[in-house]
Amino acid sequence: MTVLDRPTGGTRHQRRTPRSWLRGGGLSTLIFMLPLLVVFGVFSWFPIGRAVVMSVQTTNLVTAPEFVGLQNFRDVLADPLLWTAVKNTGYFALLALVFGYPLPLILAVLMSEVRRFKGLFSALAYLPVVVPPVVAVLLWKFFYDGSPTGVFNTILGWIHLGPYPWLQNATTAMPSLVLEATWAAAGGTVIIYLAALTSVAPELYDAAEVDGASVLGKIWHVTMPQLRGILLITFILQIIGTAQVFLEPFLFTGGGPANSTLTVLLLIYNYAFANSLGGDYGAATALSIMLAAVLAILSGLYFRVTRSWSTS
Amino acid sequence: MTIPSPVTPALVPFEVGPPDAAGPPGPGISTAARRRRPAKKPTTELGDRGIVSMADWRRARVRRAMRSLQAVLLGLLFVAGLGPILWLAKSAITPTQDTLRTPLSIFPHGIAWANLGTAWTRVHIDQYFFNTVIIAAGSWLVQLLVATTAGYALSVLRPRYGKAITGLVLGTLFVPSIVLLVPLYLTVLNPPLLNGSLLNTFWAVWLPAGASAFNVMLVKRFFDNLPREVFEAARVDGAGPFRLFWSVVLPMSRPIIGVVSVFAIIASWKDFLWPMLVLPNPALQPLSVRLPALQRFIELDVFLAALAISTIIPVVLFLVFQRMFLRGAGFGGAVKG
Repeated sequence: MTVLDRPTGGTRHQRRTPRSWLRGGGLSTLIFMLPLLVVFGVFSWFPIGRAVVMSVQTTNLVTAPEFVGLQNFRDVLADPLLWTAVKNTGYFALLALVFGYPLPLILAVLMSEVRRFKGLFSALAYLPVVVPPVVAVLLWKFFYDGSPTGVFNTILGWIHLGPYPWLQNATTAMPSLVLEATWAAAGGTVIIYLAALTSVAPELYDAAEVDGASVLGKIWHVTMPQLRGILLITFILQIIGTAQVFLEPFLFTGGGPANSTLTVLLLIYNYAFANSLGGDYGAATALSIMLAAVLAILSGLYFRVTRSWSTS
Repeated sequence: MTIPSPVTPALVPFEVGPPDAAGPPGPGISTAARRRRPAKKPTTELGDRGIVSMADWRRARVRRAMRSLQAVLLGLLFVAGLGPILWLAKSAITPTQDTLRTPLSIFPHGIAWANLGTAWTRVHIDQYFFNTVIIAAGSWLVQLLVATTAGYALSVLRPRYGKAITGLVLGTLFVPSIVLLVPLYLTVLNPPLLNGSLLNTFWAVWLPAGASAFNVMLVKRFFDNLPREVFEAARVDGAGPFRLFWSVVLPMSRPIIGVVSVFAIIASWKDFLWPMLVLPNPALQPLSVRLPALQRFIELDVFLAALAISTIIPVVLFLVFQRMFLRGAGFGGAVKG
């Protein structure tokens, strides 16, 4: 047996027999590896494989799964709700980009110039991130009360605006979700930008001043190019994040009114779990795989960008 | 020998050797002072230049403009960052009718401290709070166990199959969690190797939390940077792999354990969809899952009190460990999605 185990050209290394493996600490290494192998095996690698299999099966937990080829994908693509969901998710991502993307950058640039109480500024900016998301949504749901005595309508009433229906109206519902999501997430991005801003070499500003640059000129010609890498990363991360928005539409509006806030993730959830008669697990997995494929392209881009920027 | 107060080294000019007056404190102290002193200087004098130069800051007009801009900024951050939380704190102890009629009045007609008590006992916020803590603690332990043992095995012990495992772990980073949602749910319903379902057990939340590629890679990278000489020295002294892990590697990795812990607890506190799916039994649900359901059948003031109670812990944790949060946010932001 030992003869068979020997690698054919093997004189360079110690021969690998079970006994030498044991003496070399192979078993204790395996013991240390065990938590990873079990947890990842059962709760990550196995479900990932299963997702691929399930997307080409009908699974209803009662009868044995049946192979149906690409039927799940065809069903999902033929669902008129899918295009509503894609459109809504795109709208959410676009609004979040227009309102939520520049805001942390502006805040961070202003905050980086603060001399005293810098900690107070960043703590205040970060505070919304610390509030549990469910609490934030439920609290804002109350703020969005459409009656004239609602919190936001009261404030806007002081300057003679409103009352607005906020969540109750198909056109204002989505912007309302974006507003809350921006509030909840901006602080985290501000901190990232603040860290990046400290690494901008002061000499660059000195040089720009010699060339007679104004403050805005310095921001545009020095700060922005220096932050280019991190700006691209947060851009891609935000797209990936907003493409998977779930909590806000689920808790604020449940997808309504008139499906105006139905997002792709909400649709996946509805396929799988909203039907009390049993979920369409095949369709849900098929749609999640299609979403993942789109996101994979984006994260591939993200990894390429981070790699090229970490080497420079 | 007396222990010198922390003030003494700073008073000693670092070019001069041991202080003659102090006597007992030997050269060891003065080297500490020598190392400590120059470290402080550059940060206060050189690094403090932003977009606006020091020379501009000295001009009264610029200074006034910047100051007022920053005052406005601070005011806005106060309103947007702290405002909702303060409002929640106020409304938690305000009678429902006041909150509904005049939500923004600063002084309510009466203070209803009872709201908090009612929420805590009659609405069983205590139980959901306790569930949240158990879920967070368990997820934290599992994540720490997996991340440290795996990081140690992959970085220090380095078996031949280590590269393949690292690759498989890294690969999961590319798979968005939404793909796992349904198959993971079915796995929890009917796990391999185990009889019976994990549904309605805390294990259904704890164990999947451990499968975090981000944690493993973070810890592995930290271990990669630990000095190998220390491990060699420990091995020469006769430490086996377990002893090396427990007495050498773990004590050296406190910073990274702190970072992983903060992430683990915060993520668990925030999680909503997964615990909602695998813990349909209300008696086991954490706050995040229970609160939306409670809204329907409890009174507004008690509900707001419940919201306030579930916000206190994370906010206090943040205020206490502020520095760790704000430093860790850089990592955290880079992993979402």
